[in-house]
Amino acid sequence: MVIEMRKGRYGKFGGQYVPETLMTALTELEQAYEEAKADPSFQEELDHYLRDFVGRENPLYFAERLTKLAGGAKIFLKREDLNHTGAHKINNSLGQALLAMRMGKRKIVAETGAGQHGVATATACALFGLECVVFMGKEDIRRQELNVFRMELLGTKVVSVDKGAGTLKDAVNEALRYWVANVEDTHYILGSALGPHPFPEIVRDFQRVIGVETRRQIVEKEGRLPDAVVACIGGGSNAIGMFHPFVDDADVALYGVEAAGSGVATGKHAAAIADGKEGVLHGAYMYVLQDADGFIQEAHSISAGLDYPAVGPEHCHLHDIGRVTYTAVTDAEALEGLQVLAKTEGIIPALESAHAVKFAVDLASTMSSDKIVVVCLSGRGDKDMQTVREALGGGTR
Amino acid sequence: MKTLEKVIQSCISNGEKAFVPYIMAGDGGLNVLNERLLFLQELGVTAIEIGIPFSDPVADGETIQQAGERALANGTTLRKVLDTLADRSDKVTVPLVIMTYLNPVLAFGIKEFVERCVGVGVRGLIIPDLPMEESGMLGEALVDVDVALIPLVSLTSPEDRIAEIVSRAQGFVYAVTVNGITGVRNSYSETLEAHLERLKKLSPVPVLAGFGISTSTQVVELGAHTDGVIVGSAIVDAFHRDDLDLIAELVQQATSHIIL
Ligand SMILES: Cc1ncc(COP(=O)(O)O)c(C=O)c1O
Repeated sequence: MVIEMRKGRYGKFGGQYVPETLMTALTELEQAYEEAKADPSFQEELDHYLRDFVGRENPLYFAERLTKLAGGAKIFLKREDLNHTGAHKINNSLGQALLAMRMGKRKIVAETGAGQHGVATATACALFGLECVVFMGKEDIRRQELNVFRMELLGTKVVSVDKGAGTLKDAVNEALRYWVANVEDTHYILGSALGPHPFPEIVRDFQRVIGVETRRQIVEKEGRLPDAVVACIGGGSNAIGMFHPFVDDADVALYGVEAAGSGVATGKHAAAIADGKEGVLHGAYMYVLQDADGFIQEAHSISAGLDYPAVGPEHCHLHDIGRVTYTAVTDAEALEGLQVLAKTEGIIPALESAHAVKFAVDLASTMSSDKIVVVCLSGRGDKDMQTVREALGGGTR
Repeated sequence: MKTLEKVIQSCISNGEKAFVPYIMAGDGGLNVLNERLLFLQELGVTAIEIGIPFSDPVADGETIQQAGERALANGTTLRKVLDTLADRSDKVTVPLVIMTYLNPVLAFGIKEFVERCVGVGVRGLIIPDLPMEESGMLGEALVDVDVALIPLVSLTSPEDRIAEIVSRAQGFVYAVTVNGITGVRNSYSETLEAHLERLKKLSPVPVLAGFGISTSTQVVELGAHTDGVIVGSAIVDAFHRDDLDLIAELVQQATSHIIL
């Protein structure tokens, strides 16, 4: 519909739908990012922190018992869960924190859903001595209490957002309001491949390390590229980082897994590609869960990190051109995926990643044993233990 | 020249300043919308900005957010607001400006929305999440109709950008007076006056200041450096508390003070 063919567009998706007050900051960010990209010392510095602070590169692990259980293709796990702070989010937070300092900004604002991006950003800010405020929905604070405590220990101020359903969308609204009011000395570290240009590109580029390493590692181990790559989709940052280096390899099938909540048909889900319509939210033209009047709907997922009513613009485009297949996995199925991985491999994944695990196991079971499936294990499950225990009625099934 | 600009220009050439109140459509029920328009018109306002509630109003502060929530709880939608405006009495002649976030317009369909605005006699549109770079489609749909697309200029907009924005402006330029969201403020930045003066020099259309203007003192102060003011949260709050006298007082003080 609104098709302005300009920079920051992925097909018709993306753009910069923000209040005028933010336009100058976005232009400055774009310039700073272009300069940083062209400066080898920037990448060297980031690489240094990724290696010595985050612990990269992390392994690409052959999940032998899981493979046996699925009874089909070999399943490999890209272990983002082993990163310092427990998820892929730190890749982006560190990159953007370095970028903020290049711009002379020493104050940071961020939103968080599961708390993983908040913890990662709080960590980067502690590392560099930056001042940090994180907005988090009230419901998410309840679900992810320990992550709130972690952020506070790291010296970050966590602000509870009790508007709307008190989840990620509401936290982004408040973070944007805060940024508008403090734009002159504050950088907004957006946590997913969302928002106005240049954020989707910056976040993607900082997460590309996932796919770049995976590509190298699978060739080392198996002598060839995988047949399928699977990642979960909240806003889409771990997925786009994993997929991007494979997009031109036509023989590698790419699968994005959205959160189907109680089921796509029930309306209580977070599957914006499966069930959303084109529209604008938080600065970008995307698939968005909305009603007939254009009001944005609340998303529903057991996983706070997937509980967002839209999907980043590049994914929307990859869906439209048919390069990536998007599917959805329910809360119940994700819980199953989490338990299966725990019992067969001794790895408890984040609930977000459990969506990808569940789909990958099903997919692998339909493929022959000479095929290869790689799953992005975007994070670990420590933060979700309370939620999982509640959902399983206090015990395991 | 579109009607909205003509009305404001004639106000200026009479030696007056424009006064534009903002109200939240559907706050207190859509059935009071047309009464409120008439009430404000009789107080002598120049134009009226009608806010459409939205699920995610990122440019708004507490007062307008809460008014929006009340309006949404009443079932207010862009479509219903336009239907209600279509039923207003012939007595309402003051120009009406709709302020809405972009997504309800996209859901309506740009072409259909513009046609409906023309049909209902809406004279201007303010879309806070539609900067100049993204306004092409809507701008084109408005070229030949008497509905102005009012751009916002912020304190952070650099001079060359301001020049480009105002060169395309219709109706008036909305000068955002704070870095921040709507809502009551006690003070403004020191550079504001200079910014407004520079903006007025650059702009071929009238410049109205808005965001955070709530008292008649502020109206007078900011009016001195612009062609008029927009008052939102204070009016919204007074309607909510049913304090019509306060509104009358504010408008009367403002309009009498800002006459040169
Ligand atoms: C472990 C983990 N995986 C995935 C996500 C979803 O985000 P994205 O789609 O941006 O990767 C989150 C978000 O909080 C997360 O914590």
